[in-house]
Amino acid sequence: MSRILATAVCEFRIALRNRWVSIATGMMVLFALVLAAAGSAPTGDVGVDRLSVTVASLTSLAVYLVPLLALLMSFDAVAGEVERGTLPLLLTYPVSRLQILLGKLLAHLAILGLAAALGYGAAALVAVGSDPGALKGLASLWRLIWSSVLLGATFLGAGYALSSMAKRPSGAAGLAIALWLVAVVLYDLALLALIVTDGGGAFTTQALPVALLANPADAFRVFNLSAAEAVAAAGGIGGAAGAIPLWQSAASLLLWPLAAIALAVAAFRKVTP
Amino acid sequence: MTPTLTISRLTKAFPGSAGRQRIQAVEALKQVSLTLEAGKRAALLGHNGAGKSTMMKIVLGLIPFDSGEVSVCGAHPGSPAARTRVAYLPENVAFHPALTGEEQLRHYLSLRGEDPRQAMELLARVGLTPAARRRIGTYSKGMRQRVGLAQTLIGRPRLLVLDEPTSGLDPVSRRDFYDLLDGLAAEGTAILLSSHVLTEVEARTDRILILSGGELVAEGTLADLRARAALPVSLLVRPAPGYAARLAAAFPEGSQDGDGLLRLACRQAEKLPLLARITMLGSAVADLDVIPPSLEDIYSHFSRRDGQ
Ligand SMILES: Nc1ncnc2c1ncn2[C@@H]1O[C@H](COP(=O)(O)OP(=O)(O)OP(=O)(O)O)[C@@H](O)[C@H]1O
Ligand SMILES: [Mg+2]
Repeated sequence: MSRILATAVCEFRIALRNRWVSIATGMMVLFALVLAAAGSAPTGDVGVDRLSVTVASLTSLAVYLVPLLALLMSFDAVAGEVERGTLPLLLTYPVSRLQILLGKLLAHLAILGLAAALGYGAAALVAVGSDPGALKGLASLWRLIWSSVLLGATFLGAGYALSSMAKRPSGAAGLAIALWLVAVVLYDLALLALIVTDGGGAFTTQALPVALLANPADAFRVFNLSAAEAVAAAGGIGGAAGAIPLWQSAASLLLWPLAAIALAVAAFRKVTP
Repeated sequence: MTPTLTISRLTKAFPGSAGRQRIQAVEALKQVSLTLEAGKRAALLGHNGAGKSTMMKIVLGLIPFDSGEVSVCGAHPGSPAARTRVAYLPENVAFHPALTGEEQLRHYLSLRGEDPRQAMELLARVGLTPAARRRIGTYSKGMRQRVGLAQTLIGRPRLLVLDEPTSGLDPVSRRDFYDLLDGLAAEGTAILLSSHVLTEVEARTDRILILSGGELVAEGTLADLRARAALPVSLLVRPAPGYAARLAAAFPEGSQDGDGLLRLACRQAEKLPLLARITMLGSAVADLDVIPPSLEDIYSHFSRRDGQ
């Protein structure tokens, strides 16, 4: 445990010096504030408090931004050490590869958590400022923060795995961007296209829930929307969220990080310095 | 007492592939056997690509090997038990440029379960106190090398594996470094180091191992190797003015340059009789130098660059 912590402290310090902490936090705060400003127009009487509305739109933002930040922070984790030539020495220390990855994960999760808390917090302040009754939505804000951390963990693990397989930072960066495009953008587009052609048939009722749970980003969206009972307002793919029990999206959200980290450790074990 | 490091019939080949294209495999190590006892310092010599770094990486468990046996402090190389007892200095050691020397050492101390507060003391031992709080990215090559040396001193390792430890060090630092090694060896640490600088290896190690093309071609103290190589001794005889021709006539086997300086070569055993013959010439000889085979001569005698 102390070795994991030592690695985490060291990685956090490096991220701080590389401006990663300020970049991640800055991006989150900026996008969240833009969203909050855009959403502050009167919404009419939809019967939900302003913070819950903000959380719903923050969820759509986080689906894109959290995986992107996680991949940007993680693609260099192993490939960068290989390229700098720091890996051989590190691997002669009495520290296991699992411990090394967990240390890096802890540091990167701390940064993501910080960025999410500050970014969402800023948007929440705006919401509460214009509608004191919005404090009711605090629970959904908290849920959004911790589920963002879990979503981040999944993509951090995936990033470490890609970083181990690529052996070169430039290759790892390419793979990371490709993964982001496929998992976060193209996957949903494909699902939408299928829904449209299916026209409410067997695909929409049977396969869609499984497809949504199988993708960590969609599971994250479904979890937050259905937990906030904001499904109706969300529409689109989010509209399907109502059909999925909360425990299923929660389970997907919890299992994905474990799978991603297991994959990362397996890939890292294959790296010979 | 069991040796700290035992290697027997170690063989390692790198698969020969360049991208898709299959090329001939590189036999980096062939049937190498050696032992290293506690408190002994062994120097690994050999041409570029002889297999020195490969052997060290195998000892550390960084890369797998094909056949043979390696035992490090009684454990399998790279096992947790071995890793707690072995310290390594890679060739071209590198650190994260954003960390300071002190932070980097604190991290390494924590990874070995030692008190991170020893960092400054370790840096002082390698003369890095003034730069300890600067980022490693701003260090010179020799300063990075010293950070690398400092981390090998953490927690009394039983075996030190140092790949070209003095590369980049200035002459005074080299001497200080070997003094440091003497102290460690006296406390029972076994040291395996590689070097291309023969003179420092001669004076400061107990044993020399010469690798050539992946084979261990010679092993022993320098005196052993000198005797075994049995290289010829050179004698340079300067004739007194006007005696050059007479000298050449007396030693037809020698070669004479334009100034009349006569160069003779003989085996160790023939050296004294030859000297006697020269002194018999009396005042015809102005000066005489006996030149024993140099370290380079002995080294290149063993290190044939097969296939290079
Ligand atoms: N990862 C690798 N893949 C393929 N061949 C390798 C690899 N590493 C080393 N070799 C080959 O193994 C042989 C031994 O290399 P090694 O690095 O051990 O030499 P060395 O004795 O340390 O040389 P130097 O004095 O230049 O450091 C060389 O022919 C080298 O090309
Ligand atoms: Mg080498």
